[in-house]
Amino acid sequence: MAAVVVSELRKTYGKTKALDGLNLTVPVGTVHAVLGPNGAGKSTLIRTLATLLRVESGRAEVTGVDVARDPDEVRRRIGLLGQHAALDEDLSGWQNLELFGRLYHLGARRAAARADELLERFELAGTGRKAVKAYSGGMRRRLDLAASLIIQPQVLFLDEPTTGLDPRGRTEVWGALRSLVGGGTTVMLTTQYLEEADQLADRICVVDHGRVIADGTADQLKAKVGGDRIDVVVHDAGDLRAAAAALAEVPGAGAVDSDEDDRVVSAPVADRMSALSHLMRALQEAGIDVDDLAVRRPTLDEVFIQLTGAA
Amino acid sequence: MGWWLADSWSMTRRELARWARQPAQVIVGLAFPVMFLVVFAYLLGGGMRVAGGGDYREFLIPGMFALTMAWGLEATMAALTQDLNKGAIDRFRSMPMAPSAVLVGRCIADMLQSVLGLAVMIGAGLAMGWRWHGSFGEVLAAVGLLLLLRFAMLWCGIWLGLIAGRPELIMSIQILIWPIVFTSGVLASPAFMPGWLGAIAEWNPITATAAAVRDLFGNPGVQGTSWAAENAHLLAVVWPITLVAVAFPMAAARFRALSR
Repeated sequence: MAAVVVSELRKTYGKTKALDGLNLTVPVGTVHAVLGPNGAGKSTLIRTLATLLRVESGRAEVTGVDVARDPDEVRRRIGLLGQHAALDEDLSGWQNLELFGRLYHLGARRAAARADELLERFELAGTGRKAVKAYSGGMRRRLDLAASLIIQPQVLFLDEPTTGLDPRGRTEVWGALRSLVGGGTTVMLTTQYLEEADQLADRICVVDHGRVIADGTADQLKAKVGGDRIDVVVHDAGDLRAAAAALAEVPGAGAVDSDEDDRVVSAPVADRMSALSHLMRALQEAGIDVDDLAVRRPTLDEVFIQLTGAA
Repeated sequence: MGWWLADSWSMTRRELARWARQPAQVIVGLAFPVMFLVVFAYLLGGGMRVAGGGDYREFLIPGMFALTMAWGLEATMAALTQDLNKGAIDRFRSMPMAPSAVLVGRCIADMLQSVLGLAVMIGAGLAMGWRWHGSFGEVLAAVGLLLLLRFAMLWCGIWLGLIAGRPELIMSIQILIWPIVFTSGVLASPAFMPGWLGAIAEWNPITATAAAVRDLFGNPGVQGTSWAAENAHLLAVVWPITLVAVAFPMAAARFRALSR
């Protein structure tokens, strides 16, 4: 059985189609990333599945339970980590968790025990009695994550779990999430970062304008968008055209972009090692002075240009 | 439904726990109207007259009780907006709890806070020489009317907080509340205001409560020939009930509409 099944889901706000016939299936025990830019419909999707938004048309099921028909039953089976840390800043970490335990109807004793347990598990036991406002961004997010796991949910929804965190906070949250996934919980997360989807997810679906425009493993998607890219920064803007020509002649290179202001030419390449050696030779022969030469992964923008261009 | 009470109590406890961790904030909140009372009684009160005669301080203090209750609207509104913006309400709504407990908990906690606030103000009034001259039953009725006003302001605050939803708007509403609460008979007699302004002030719900409470406490300043002034007791009951009758369903509808 699938953990999440979404079919032909639609939601409109005035003239904006937030969800425009979205289809998606998430198998049990997997981590599924929903990748897309701001306004693509990611949050609307997660919020609908977490029973926060009414289903307008189409169908959404979580662990076989219809979200529109029995939202209460869905709520008993899910955890939600929203875009903001939904914590009470004035209360301690322990008090926050204990409150959520009570509201999940665990009873006083079990709610207290669960709060202790989760603080321990997320390495917050030492600061559990301090007010949340003294926590770092990463600690807050970990506590928030702990709060979404009070009842050991069958499906965990995470809406941009690391947005607004510094790199250290992000690494902390990723670590916490990875340990979770080992436990067999199905996780569905939205993100704007290709790297995050790549790090955490078994499968990634790319959403734009309220529909899924690509779905697959990270490798499959990367192959689809042309994998690595090479950037060349020339020293002298006059060499830009010659550098673009050299890059275009590299075997397996895709369409070359050039940016005069930054003196950069850039193109997707199939095999980065052979492309690099070809390019270096060509640049040397043409006598082009290079400030920087780098191989990098495609950015989300580039993935989008490629995918929406192809769709 | 069985969990409704337990959930409401959990939400109330959340507020109480917040007070316990933030005693300074609670004290400042309680001291603010006392400070205001001191300013009006000692700094400005010397030049004030009471329509129909009587001691200004005896007139002012029951008015300040009503004003303190009306100010509660701001606190309720700000707390609700904060929960809304921080995603706390979203999380509660994604949990198998009674959704209305979010609002009921806020309501109970704010009413408790107001009872405490009123007790502090009455204590401050007594310390400044104010006395009630009515019977025990009348004093109880006066306290009841004050808390009824607070209850109405509470639901107005919840409704406005759900509509505003953003801290910037809250600021504007908070500023707009000042002319509304001051265009009333709490600090000055409407009889001394320009005719049109006095008429507005006499119909202000806060004036009705202030006038009724002055009468029940046996304090001066209860006079006027308009219908509103002569029926202050009735208005002090009808106004808050009307406000609740409007604000409560609007707030409930707005809360449900969060899922839109």
